[in-house]
Amino acid sequence: MFDGYTSSELMSIFAMQGFAGLSLFSVFVLMALGLAIIFGQMGVINMAHGEFMILGAYTTYLTSGFFQLYLPGLFGGYFFVAMILAFLICSALGALVEWLMIRHLYHRPLDTLLATWGLSLIMQQAYRSIFGAREVGVDLPEWMMGAFSVTDLVELPINGLFVMIIALSTAVAVYLLMYRSGYGKKVRAVVQNRPMAEAVGVNSAGIDRATFALGSGIAGIAGAAFTMIGSTGPSSGQAYIVDTFLVVVFGGAQSLIGTIVSAFGISQAQSTMEFFLSGSMAKVLTLLVVVGILMLRPEGLMALKVRR
Amino acid sequence: MLSVKHHSVAYGQSTIIEDLNLDVGKNEIVAVVGRNGMGKTTLMKSLVGMTPSKSGEVSLDGIDLSNLKSFQRVRAGVGFVPQGRMIFPTLTVRENIETGLAAVGEKKVPEDLYKLFPVLKEMQNRRGGNLSGGQQQQLAIARALATRPKVLLLDEPTEGIQPNIIKDIARTLRRIRDERGLSILVSEQVLSFVMDAADRILVIEKGVIVHEENREEADQDKIASYLAV
Ligand SMILES: Nc1ncnc2c1ncn2[C@@H]1O[C@H](COP(=O)(O)OP(=O)(O)OP(=O)(O)O)[C@@H](O)[C@H]1O
Ligand SMILES: [Mg+2]
Repeated sequence: MFDGYTSSELMSIFAMQGFAGLSLFSVFVLMALGLAIIFGQMGVINMAHGEFMILGAYTTYLTSGFFQLYLPGLFGGYFFVAMILAFLICSALGALVEWLMIRHLYHRPLDTLLATWGLSLIMQQAYRSIFGAREVGVDLPEWMMGAFSVTDLVELPINGLFVMIIALSTAVAVYLLMYRSGYGKKVRAVVQNRPMAEAVGVNSAGIDRATFALGSGIAGIAGAAFTMIGSTGPSSGQAYIVDTFLVVVFGGAQSLIGTIVSAFGISQAQSTMEFFLSGSMAKVLTLLVVVGILMLRPEGLMALKVRR
Repeated sequence: MLSVKHHSVAYGQSTIIEDLNLDVGKNEIVAVVGRNGMGKTTLMKSLVGMTPSKSGEVSLDGIDLSNLKSFQRVRAGVGFVPQGRMIFPTLTVRENIETGLAAVGEKKVPEDLYKLFPVLKEMQNRRGGNLSGGQQQQLAIARALATRPKVLLLDEPTEGIQPNIIKDIARTLRRIRDERGLSILVSEQVLSFVMDAADRILVIEKGVIVHEENREEADQDKIASYLAV
């Protein structure tokens, strides 16, 4: 498949596609973080996770519109406001959904799958009614446009770099929350042994709500980041949800580092191969490799080893 | 202190604990002995609320616990050390203790806990899962004590522990009781441990208390006959 390219051209292609892969990687990391902490703690697969991301994207879209109209002088900073709003709105909705729906279904995983899938359809329809079926995009502030030229052939867009910084900072924040805070300790205790955590005084239902809100909020941040590299439509979330599942399962649901490594591997593989093969062929190859590795390591790439 | 009245517990159709009554006085150590499968674990779990009760009443210092969830019972003063210890294996020793502290809104592991179990201080940054059985047992007790209980429930604390350490556990329980003035309810099969640790001994058989004696006048042969298979 490499016929007809000179070796220096090949190098640049790898570099640029690799970088395109990094933007994808950033969105994967953010999506997978949210999905993985919810799945890791409650065993709930949130089929509407992609729609939470899109909610974050629409929030960003509205915020950018608001700044353009009323605060054009501050337009350069709208994204930071949008990101915080996206997080807050999505986590509030997440807490509400957990309280109304999820908590009644904890012992029925199949029903949770159906219920959250139903929720995803409702949310998509709501977006369609409110924002219309056409995709919307945001205007990037001045400082995010343009690119660093590394060589004549290789250019790295600033918005992509920026999205990556957001993704990695969020991952670090989640790490600190999980491993350095009282909340994180309770989460880990509940994940390991829920009835026992209750029997040392942990209110596991409260922890569940907080975690669902946190996971949904991170999906909101993913949505905000997503607007920097693509445009948003009512069903844009669907395109990401399957890949995100793949990232989570591949990385091992309990491992933060595993999630990041797996997001990196999958996004790089897809983006590099997509240049040479068709998109669906790239997906098939990625999937084959993932399935192969999972057969050797069923717990995922980086399962933690201790005596139980 | 702890008062249990007309307490019944069932798994589906099969009733395991039937109309059980018991009281643990202030500062008292009560042992419940019985063979495998007689309902000791079921009793303990139902007292801390991990297993729902069918009927009856459980109260602590006059406070009715019957309708509380287990984390609320813990906050009301019930400490629990389960059979098999069930420490959190990937949490460090210190974090394990801190999960208990959170129940009473404290952050820092109190020195007196480390004084009681010096080995836990040495190992505070190790993962709980990498401790030996005896060390895990100490950790499980420390974690329960961190919730500042009024009554401590222990389910077969000597199971899987080396015989030479069993005496230490009995001594520790008496020391905890003397220093902290709490009450202890412990289930057991090892008679020598019970004779070392308890003030009063109850024999449970098929979920019913069939025999009761104070330790001083206890007839060891009789109790042993209940434990014989
Ligand atoms: N989750 C459960 N569902 C149904 N029956 C159960 C369950 N747990 C225990 N039992 C049954 O209840 C009875 C009492 O069990 P329990 O574990 O309370 O006994 P035990 O005295 O603690 O025994 P051991 O000394 O082996 O720990 C047994 O007949 C057991 O089979
Ligand atoms: Mg038992």
